[in-house]
Amino acid sequence: MKPERHFFQTDQLQKLLSNLLSKGYTCVGPQVRDGAIIYDEINSVEQLPRGISDQQQPGSYSLKSNNSTKFFNWANGPQAIKPLLFAAKEKLWQSKQSTDGHITFKTSVPNPQPIAIIGARACDIAAMKIQDQHFLQQQFVDPCYKARRENLLIIAVNCALPADTCFCHSTGDGPFVDDGFDISLTELENGFLCEAQTTQGEKILHELLLEDCSNEQLEESELIKTNASKQKRKLPEFDIKSRLFNELNNDAWHAIASECLSCGNCTSVCPTCFCHSENDVPELDGKSSAHFREWDSCFGQGHSYIHGITIRSQTSQRYRQWLVHKFSTWHEQYGRSGCVGCGRCISWCPVGIDVTESVAQFADRRCDQS
Amino acid sequence: MINPNLNPYQPREAIIVERIQEAPDLFTLRLEFTDPQIQAACKFEPGQFNMLYLYGVGEIAISIVSDPQDCQIIDHTIRVVGRVTRGLVNLKAGDRIGVRGPYGRGWPMLESKDKDIVVVTGGLGCAPVVSVINYIEQRREEFGRLNIVQGVKHSADLIWKERYEQWRKLADTKVLLAADVGEALWPWHVGPVTSLFDQLEFDPDNVSVMMCGPEGMMRVVCDHMLDYRVPESQLFLSMERNMQCAIGHCGHCQYGSKFICKDGPVFSYDKIRHLFETKGF
Repeated sequence: MKPERHFFQTDQLQKLLSNLLSKGYTCVGPQVRDGAIIYDEINSVEQLPRGISDQQQPGSYSLKSNNSTKFFNWANGPQAIKPLLFAAKEKLWQSKQSTDGHITFKTSVPNPQPIAIIGARACDIAAMKIQDQHFLQQQFVDPCYKARRENLLIIAVNCALPADTCFCHSTGDGPFVDDGFDISLTELENGFLCEAQTTQGEKILHELLLEDCSNEQLEESELIKTNASKQKRKLPEFDIKSRLFNELNNDAWHAIASECLSCGNCTSVCPTCFCHSENDVPELDGKSSAHFREWDSCFGQGHSYIHGITIRSQTSQRYRQWLVHKFSTWHEQYGRSGCVGCGRCISWCPVGIDVTESVAQFADRRCDQS
Repeated sequence: MINPNLNPYQPREAIIVERIQEAPDLFTLRLEFTDPQIQAACKFEPGQFNMLYLYGVGEIAISIVSDPQDCQIIDHTIRVVGRVTRGLVNLKAGDRIGVRGPYGRGWPMLESKDKDIVVVTGGLGCAPVVSVINYIEQRREEFGRLNIVQGVKHSADLIWKERYEQWRKLADTKVLLAADVGEALWPWHVGPVTSLFDQLEFDPDNVSVMMCGPEGMMRVVCDHMLDYRVPESQLFLSMERNMQCAIGHCGHCQYGSKFICKDGPVFSYDKIRHLFETKGF
């Protein structure tokens, strides 16, 4: 059964926010900061990036005002859901050593407050579902991710204006969200089409002044979807998974690496990258030590270090590791590609390497191994 | 077994029951969890590993060398190479560390019953296969002929000479040692480890070849064994990569689609051949 769709006027958006706050949710939503759209705490719709659009190109991201009164007429910023669930840095446990040498350990699983994220995009939700697989649905469950995930309410907003770097339509992950949310919204001229997918979401929606949606409104939504699906960037249509894995010695890796700075920006903004390192940080008095984890990148030298050897000493090997993992071996791990088409790695790459072009280099055998 | 309700990243306290200096830079820590319940629940297989935590420094993956039947004390033979091991080497009996595990999939000991066994190691002391030899030593009649081959770069690198002498005395067992560069009074073979292979005694249709060491060496061993018509599925390699979480989360040990910490560290050659031929994975 298809969930029921309703409509609410623009003024109800603040009510939605206020209701969530009064229920004890910390609301996290998009806002403009430092020239980008970022997600942070929000308590008023005034903080939303109303009338703002993003312009994204390989290696560039900027915001500009537009004539619209819409709140969500932009594509995305560098981060969205990932840092809320998989913290960029967090303590896993702590140890203490007494004077007689005994060591005691104390776990450090967070006890998070409920968070409602407003304005999650289809690509972000697709990525979250992949991270759910990685952190929750394997032999070992990550207790930190789990605690946060169980306390996250997701209010998705369908994309109306993808950036030039977006290619979610070709990965099958957007621009509209199909599942994985509590509430989804489509922003129309005078309000929002809305739909709840969970009982929690339904309860929250029904506290608003809901109207039955008209055929015109449904048509307006369809038109937005059609237009947002017309993305000029897309993944090439060959069997990427097999081709990349069979071209590990192709010279094209060296050509890409000659531009790549190995900076790791792509892995930092990628909503599916899960690598992290663990580090012990002893207190200065020596009596205790904290064990942290933080995001790590396969572009760093330490990532493949083992007893005196760096397995991937060259940038070409690191780029190959990233791309082959994302588009090929990921399938075997999680049953799909690790790319959701958000385009962040393209915009935030300081030299503007376009991941879709990197993949396309393997479309034919023109740069075959020598 | 590992309790799924506990924070899987967090070690438990263990005490060093005994410390054995095996050779310069090679030592064995015999460990026991201080919580008797954790110790009682401790089960492991040859080839599996634990994460050992040195207070205030960090963790390191070390393979378990003691016998799975004797889970009361867990032995780890450790070579001094990095930050953590340089600290661990200074510990003595009665000192305490953190331990979590066991992790990974070990050697196919049950599947290798009644087969001839070839154990090949290269480089400096190779703890993962020591568990295989120890296991067979305890159950000698359950296996066919045992061949132990160890290659080192320089004859001076051969550590643990007493162990090899001890293994040489086992029934139906051949111990072959080779050094690429020999010095005066080196009584064994000079040359690559593979040049000893003609002396091995095994039935190619009924053998398990288990190896660990530098990947270049393992690659050459696999090639030779395939020439002897040993099936790829009977060549077993213990792989190593950077490991931080040991539970398939941190991503460092990925080898193609495999996580070495949970899908390995022991793989049959047919599972990894494609990547094994490519540098930088």
